[in-house]
Parts: sequence; C-alpha cells; structure tokens
Amino acid sequence: MLFCPMERDVRMKSGSTLEKVLRAGKFAFTGELGPPRGVNVEAVREKARHLKGVVDAVNITDNQTAVVRMSSWATSLIVLQEGLEPNFQMVCRDRNRLAMQSDILGICAHGIRNMLCLSGDHQQFGDHPKTKGVFDIDSIQLISMVKRMRDEGTFLNGIEIDGPPEIFIGAAANPFAEPFEWRVYRLAKKIEAGADFIQTQCIYNMDKFRDWIRQANDMGLTERTYILAGVTPLKSVGMAKYMKTSVPGLDVPDEYIDRLQGVERKKQGDEGIRMACEQIKEFKEMKGVAGVHLMAIEWEHRVPEIAERAELLPRPQV
Amino acid sequence: MIVGERKPIEEIVEMIKGYKRVLNVGCGGCTSICLVGGQKEVDILNAELRKACKAENLSIEIDAFTIERQCNADFFSELDPMIDDYDAVLSMACGAGVQFVAERYPGKPVFPALNTVFVGVDREIGWYEENCRTCGECVLGETGGICPVTRCAKGLFNGPCGGTTVDGKCEVNSDVPCAWYEIYERLKQQDRLENILAVKIAREWENQTQRSLIQEAYKKRYAKER
Repeated sequence: MLFCPMERDVRMKSGSTLEKVLRAGKFAFTGELGPPRGVNVEAVREKARHLKGVVDAVNITDNQTAVVRMSSWATSLIVLQEGLEPNFQMVCRDRNRLAMQSDILGICAHGIRNMLCLSGDHQQFGDHPKTKGVFDIDSIQLISMVKRMRDEGTFLNGIEIDGPPEIFIGAAANPFAEPFEWRVYRLAKKIEAGADFIQTQCIYNMDKFRDWIRQANDMGLTERTYILAGVTPLKSVGMAKYMKTSVPGLDVPDEYIDRLQGVERKKQGDEGIRMACEQIKEFKEMKGVAGVHLMAIEWEHRVPEIAERAELLPRPQV
Repeated sequence: MIVGERKPIEEIVEMIKGYKRVLNVGCGGCTSICLVGGQKEVDILNAELRKACKAENLSIEIDAFTIERQCNADFFSELDPMIDDYDAVLSMACGAGVQFVAERYPGKPVFPALNTVFVGVDREIGWYEENCRTCGECVLGETGGICPVTRCAKGLFNGPCGGTTVDGKCEVNSDVPCAWYEIYERLKQQDRLENILAVKIAREWENQTQRSLIQEAYKKRYAKER
C-alpha cells in the first residue's frame, strides 16, 4: 500500500529563488497576491512593493474563487518587473491542455520559474456560475504534464519541445477535507506525479495538521517534496465565522473564534496576527515542514509586520 | 435510460403557432418509460396545447400518434402515410428521436417538446438520477462502480479535491455525496484501494466529435458502405 520512499532528486530544476532557499535547507516564506478585477496595474505594483524582500516568492492567483481577474501570467510579469519572484498559479477549470501548455511555455519564456498546479474552485462559486468548466485534465495530471515537459522535453502527446521549460513544480494539499485518512495518499500521488513543493490549505486545526504531517513523515513523503504550511491570519470574528461556515475544505476550531471574541473589535486584527505568528513559530520547529505560505487576503500591507513578528526576516540570500 | 423533461407550454406554443395542423408524435421508448413522452403524456400535452391555443385565439388542429421508438426507422412505417396531412410535427422523443423524425421527413418542420437531460436510473417512480455521461471509456471497474466523470462536479480522475465536506458531501451541493468520498469508502470496504493509488494519467477524450459504432459481428456487413 505504501509508496516506496525515494530520495529527492538533488538536481536544480528551475533555479528559482524559492527552489534555492528550499534546497539550501532554509525555512521558506511565500506570500500571495490576488490580481485586480480590471487593468489596475498600479494596484498590483503597490501590493508587490509591500512583499518585496519580505517573501521568497509570491503566489499569483488564477481567477481565484472562479471570479474573473487579470490573468495570472500577466500579473506575474508585472510582479517580476517589480523585482519580486512570482509563483504562477494555474487551474484546470479554465483551460484545456493546449492552452495550459502554451501558457507554461509563455511564462517560462518571460522568466517565471515557479508554478502551482490546481484543480480550481468550481465555477458555481464564482461570478459566472453557469460557465462551462473545462477540467480537460485534473490537477495531478497537470503536475505530471509539467514534469514531462520539463524532464522529458515533450508535450503531453510525446512530441518534442523546442526548448523545454524550467519550472519548479508546486501543488496544493488539503489535510482537512474528508476522507482524512486518504489525504496523505493523495499527497503521495501528487509527489509521484512530480510535485517539487506543496503549499497546504490554510491551517487552523493544528492537531489535525500535526497528525497529517506525521503520516507524511512516516511515509517518507517529506523527504521527497517540500511542504509549506498554509497560514491565513484572521482579521475579525466575522471573517473567522465566514471561514468556518462558508469556505469549502476549511476547519476553523472554535478556540480561534473564542480568542478573537475575547478582545475588543479594533484589536481583533492584531490578535489574529498574534495567533498566526504562534502557528508559524510552531511550524518552524515541526519535522517535515519546510516553510510557510502566508495567504494574507487583501492584507499584503500587513505582511512585513507579520514576517517581523514571526521572526522570518531577514530572508536568506541564496 | 435516456431521461427528458417537458418544455414549458409557452415555449411549445411559440414553436407551433404559425401552423394549422400539427401532429404530436409520442415515443414508446425511454421517454415513455420516464413518464414524459409516451401516449399518455402526448394526450396530456395536446389537451394543454388546445387550452393554451384557445386562450391565445390560435386555430391549430393538433392530433396524436405514438410509435414504438423514434430511434429506429422500422417503426416509422405507420407514420409515413399520415405525415402529408400535417404541416408540422411535434416530437416527444429524446433529441436523437427528434432528429431521426426530421431526417425522415425533410420537408416538414419538426419541433422538440422535450429537453433531453441525461442517461440515468429510476430512484423512485417519477424520480431519476444521472449516472453516465457516455464518455466512451468506462472506468467503473477501477472506481468501485461509481462514475467520477458524471458524479464528480469537476470530473476528476485523481480525486477527491479539497472541497469534500466533513460529512462526505460535495462542496458544490451539500445534498450530493462527494463521488470520490464514496469511491474511497467502497474500495476500502472491498479492500481494493490500490485501484486508486496510482496516478491516473490524462485521458484521450473520445466524445469530442459525433460518434458512430458498428458492432464487431456486423463489421463485414457494412464494410462496403463505409
């Protein structure tokens, strides 16, 4: 039943900063930047400036929650111009295998070296709920396709690529969705398909996460991939309740809500950051956790403060 | 079975309102079995149409005739001599039947009275559920007899996605079980989890152009025609 423990491939795959930090054994720190719902380039640059020098790479979301935004590759280019390393996200919902492969070549041609492969939120949750979801291939098949393009130098159909892309391949994992005991095997499938690194869903239930990472350690999976623990600071009681009840695949224990309710409204954001920093400090010591992925939703300007308080600065120079 | 539902009466009236004599043709096949397009439903629809036409001051004569199946030309022989008496045809078959009638009588406008919805099973009388997307490459042998193409909202081959709820439901609809949760549970029960442990590679979709099929035993017979 178990996957054979295999050693990590030691060769540099992409030369991205994120890859170098992780290969150097440093604790990685990634952020997130949501593209604007329009051509507001300045909004992207403004968000990027807060993150520059603070994170090793920043995830650029791809029509997140199935809402139309500036494309993730275009936003990634703007971020790159700002001197910040993008982690280009791609979902299976909006593109077939032709569009996916051409976009992968395109981003790599423009110097983007990290990519996160996702299924994507179902279109029903977005702003065009009756659109036709593509899902030509699924996220694990996408990971496998990117690996094939990079390592074998061929497209999905086996035809040779004229200059294969160099990509550090990422995937997501949700340790909290059911069936819980199968989740670590799905992680194993993603690694088997070619995931160099993993960014997890936002973690609140630490007991469950500890259990999941222990299983990953026991199966040798943390030797084969780098796992970045997902953290989203809660800004208020309202946000905590929303995350608990309305976001699929999240597990927010009541203790978070109780702690936020225990402080006055103006100080709830600060308390949320304090809780996030406590989590980050534990992740830094946790076997099998190689870094933290901070998804500070529309709170990019608070990231430097969070990084400072969580003692993640200065970032390693690699 | 192919399952359909009746179009709204207003939409049907709109289609036939320019004609004087309309023949409503029922189908004794799937749409009869799913209680939407057999002789009984033809009579019910015609009664509703007469009432609706009267209310709109339309003078349309509507007759009824049900054949055994609209998806096989052999059953059209009884219909053939009647068709000239009408200037439009309404069909209560699935989309395949409607097209076969239209192909048989190219000079007659043929209108669908139903929307063809899915291939499925009877949950109870009058209650149906989609179970097959006719993708052409069945994986049910590996997935514990639960179809991920049809029942997973994202059609994942390497599920479950991160949206499975605490009680094993789909993130898209809390009344619907997560297909991959059920696949996992069933395979675990049968001690066959190794079926879904390996990465399932991208498939070659065979349903992207119109398909036709000749059974093996008949290939010689149709060799010339092809």
